[in-house]
Amino acid sequence: MKKSEVPQDSSSLESANIREMYYAVDENGEYTTELSTGWDPKKIALDNAIQDIKERTEAARQKVLKNETSPVEYYMELNKMDIGILASYVGMWAWRVKRHFKPSVFKKLSAKTYQKYADVFDITVEQLKHIEK
Amino acid sequence: MEINFTHKQSAHCENGVVSNLMRFNGFEVSEPMVFGIGSGLLFSYLPFLKVNHAPVVTYRVMPGFIFNRFAKRVGVKIKREKFKNPKQAQQRLEENLKNNNPVGLQVGVYNLLYFPDEYRFHFNAHNMVVYGKKDDRYLISDPVMEEVTSLSEKELEKVRFAKGAFAPKGHMYFPTAFPKKLDLEKAIVKGIKHTCKDMTAPVPIVGVRAIKKIAKLIRKWPIKKGIKTANHYLGQIVRMQEEIGTGGGGFRYIYGAFLQEASTILNNPKLAELSVEITKIGDLWRDFAVDASRIYKNRSAKEDAYNKIASQLEDIAHQEEIFFKKLRKAI
Repeated sequence: MKKSEVPQDSSSLESANIREMYYAVDENGEYTTELSTGWDPKKIALDNAIQDIKERTEAARQKVLKNETSPVEYYMELNKMDIGILASYVGMWAWRVKRHFKPSVFKKLSAKTYQKYADVFDITVEQLKHIEK
Repeated sequence: MEINFTHKQSAHCENGVVSNLMRFNGFEVSEPMVFGIGSGLLFSYLPFLKVNHAPVVTYRVMPGFIFNRFAKRVGVKIKREKFKNPKQAQQRLEENLKNNNPVGLQVGVYNLLYFPDEYRFHFNAHNMVVYGKKDDRYLISDPVMEEVTSLSEKELEKVRFAKGAFAPKGHMYFPTAFPKKLDLEKAIVKGIKHTCKDMTAPVPIVGVRAIKKIAKLIRKWPIKKGIKTANHYLGQIVRMQEEIGTGGGGFRYIYGAFLQEASTILNNPKLAELSVEITKIGDLWRDFAVDASRIYKNRSAKEDAYNKIASQLEDIAHQEEIFFKKLRKAI
């Protein structure tokens, strides 16, 4: 890639005042670096990934409202986690976390367990038990 | 306390931390040099691992390998420490700062608040340097940022003790002993040989053969997994390839810069020619990303389009195979 070809498309990096560094060749064929504000093919990939997470979160929210899953699953998706990551944050086995997705099981959890989840998701126990409609 | 530390932005965080820590200790080593000597370049497909519900490909070696290999090859000693107890981790950090010793830290990205929200995933192999503490905030040199920044005690503890795959566990590291003079020549040759060996390895999930494997999968995904999933997987490949820190083209451009610099140091004009070649291969990776993005942009595409980019990848695999064989012979 030539230095003059380093893409300067707009992306969410701008909002955080970040420019990323590329390695590229100048007119004399010498390698140098150039900063970039973003590149569309990458931005689209990232946007799609974010969109995918939003869809998952919304699907989980609907399931909670229909009492098909517990808020744990909703907050997990909201925090871009999967069961493995969440299990490691709360310090439980993955199968236990998965079991807490069952509304009937979730209802009977101890205060301590509620608090663990609330701490990891950075919310109150009240917010954990009742998600916003 | 503030250590007199020069922050220099780099493309990739691990190279950058190493390069910046070396400069602090009086050795000027460029980012591409660290990357090349540390044999950072790779292609690998990890079928048993999923991130964001998609298979993982990587264009570089495992976190920590670059520094370890670099250090071993130039004769630098590194001290690494991990912690169970966050308080102890903080205490050891402060001791080092008091001794005028800036340290590298491995951290998770998810709670790094100075990154845009979109970039904050549960990725635990980011690296930064802490070079002081002022008004209860740690002074941070994050190599992918243009300027230095700072984090509160609580914020730093959170990223040092992020959980999930590759959990950093407070991982702190810094060089402790240096040779009188860095012997780059031998180290460069070792680094290149290692990368050539990796890239032409007779293993289906590493190097050129892994690229071919992914090409095959791309042909299958739309039929076996459906368009939506196929596009999701494709997007993840492009993101890994062009993520912040790759310097563009899945690290191929950084490697080109390394070969150019190595050509001068070893007085080997062949390496300069090969630098031009890997740059062209980098361009092919970029073209692949552009064409792949056309597919996932529309969220609906003909099967033909997948076959086309799969062929592009096969071409890249073929060219890299020739390239790394030539490179092996050139040194």
